[in-house]
Amino acid sequence: MTDIATYNFAYLDEQTKRMIRRAILKGIAIPGYQVPFASREMPMPYGWGTGGVQVTASIIGPDDVLKVIDQGADDTTNAVSIRAFFKKVANVAVTTDTASATIIQTRHRIPEHPLNAGQILVYQVPIPEPLRFLEPRETETRKMHALEEYGLMHVKLYEDIARHGRIATTYAYPVKVEGRYVMDPSPTPKFDNPKMHRSPALQLFGAGREKRIYAVPPFTDVVSLDFEDHPFEVQTFDQPCALCAAENVYLDEVILDDRGGHMFVCSDTDHCEKRREEGHRGHLAPDAQLALERTEPAE
Amino acid sequence: MTDEPLLRVSALSKFYGSRVGCETVSFDLWPGEVLAVVGESGSGKTTLLNCLSTRLLPSSGTASYRMRDGQWRELYRMSEAERRFLMRTDWGFVHQNPADGLRMTVSAGANVGERLMAVGDRHYGKIRATAVDWLSRVEIDEDRIDDEPRAFSGGMRQRLQIARNLVTGPRLVFMDEPTGGLDVSVQARLLDLLRGLVTDLGLAAIVVTHDLAVARLLSQRMMVMKDGHVVESGLTDRVLDDPRAPYTQLLVSSILQV
Repeated sequence: MTDIATYNFAYLDEQTKRMIRRAILKGIAIPGYQVPFASREMPMPYGWGTGGVQVTASIIGPDDVLKVIDQGADDTTNAVSIRAFFKKVANVAVTTDTASATIIQTRHRIPEHPLNAGQILVYQVPIPEPLRFLEPRETETRKMHALEEYGLMHVKLYEDIARHGRIATTYAYPVKVEGRYVMDPSPTPKFDNPKMHRSPALQLFGAGREKRIYAVPPFTDVVSLDFEDHPFEVQTFDQPCALCAAENVYLDEVILDDRGGHMFVCSDTDHCEKRREEGHRGHLAPDAQLALERTEPAE
Repeated sequence: MTDEPLLRVSALSKFYGSRVGCETVSFDLWPGEVLAVVGESGSGKTTLLNCLSTRLLPSSGTASYRMRDGQWRELYRMSEAERRFLMRTDWGFVHQNPADGLRMTVSAGANVGERLMAVGDRHYGKIRATAVDWLSRVEIDEDRIDDEPRAFSGGMRQRLQIARNLVTGPRLVFMDEPTGGLDVSVQARLLDLLRGLVTDLGLAAIVVTHDLAVARLLSQRMMVMKDGHVVESGLTDRVLDDPRAPYTQLLVSSILQV
């Protein structure tokens, strides 16, 4: 790697990357705090991961191996396009294998395979402010963060219990980071919240439209908010993955026909494929069924 | 302890540029006392109330408050965090328009419970039980606890706002035209309720109103304001029955006798 090869590397110019890196460093220094940054126009619409792409472009180097997932899948439009984007503008190695990736850009999932120290998880965040739907004024929510006034967050959970008999929030479930800032973990299912707690990987969050970056450094406490008599719980599934028979993973429902047929499969496609390679088979394993094949052509 | 006032205001002034909001207002408020501030629109009553409740910072003057631990604190020298904490624990603010003081999109129970959760209550069952208790004290049926205030009538909203403010057992409540916009029978009921609560809880209150009947019913003492100045103050019955200042005489005589 020479200096000239990494100059203006990966789409963004050096000044922009410098600005974003400063925001990232500040975010890491204050876990859970939303750092404003001068978000750039990216060659994709807001809501498609412009924040995540900017963060990734600012931290990626020629030696990095990039994995991009969208709702856990490596083969959906958003994941394929962003992977292709970085392959083109940075000419970096890309992979679908969680363990061998150094940077994983994600939209709304944390991979099932445990992350290691040295890996970086970049989240695409649509609305970074956990208090937004309760308090529309930005000036007020900033003040609430500054003064640690988080009673309102529990008002939301109270409303859930009052209406549904339990905490019905299933995604974007608010967490408290390192005992200080309340943070929106981006719309990941709450199933993934425990994976954020003391994770050895660095977690970065980029919100392009809202112009905010925040971070959870490795081995940081991330605690989901709850009530004493209604403790935090993750989703459970009453059947294993229909393709690889995995249990205790997050499952997606797939509609099979127009007569009510459906099955539950791993949302993490990489995890599912690995298990099938190892010989695990669910009750709807696709040995003969090409239509449900979720493997992707090799990169 | 009780021979000391709760709030001491001295020479409080608020100017909007060259215009006067209120000028050199001084008074003491004792625990359990209800003070009415009356006057016509634009007389500076609401400016005064907003200054006292630290929603506005005055141009000059001081106000000290005796905290629960007996310490006197200068209101305008406290940090914003302390002031906001005071606002949601030891104080209450009842707005004229309940929509300003309530969260219209969350249920009545959550509206009442918000202050409890803000001071660290984390037990759903207990929060809900307290909310039920307070709704019954302000005469709202228990089965309305999960309804949003949007589904409430004006009078119910105002009662809900009062419950929401009183749930943390404040010692001082600011009220800005609490009965404004309500029809007379609902007003009467609300006043009755307020009078009961204030007496039961030993609340001190500062009530801003243009309605002399409200002042007569609720307050022990009153201040009459005109053009930002206090023109007369004293015991409510004395001021209303024997007004001395010409403006107060005018105000009292302009009440329509039915």
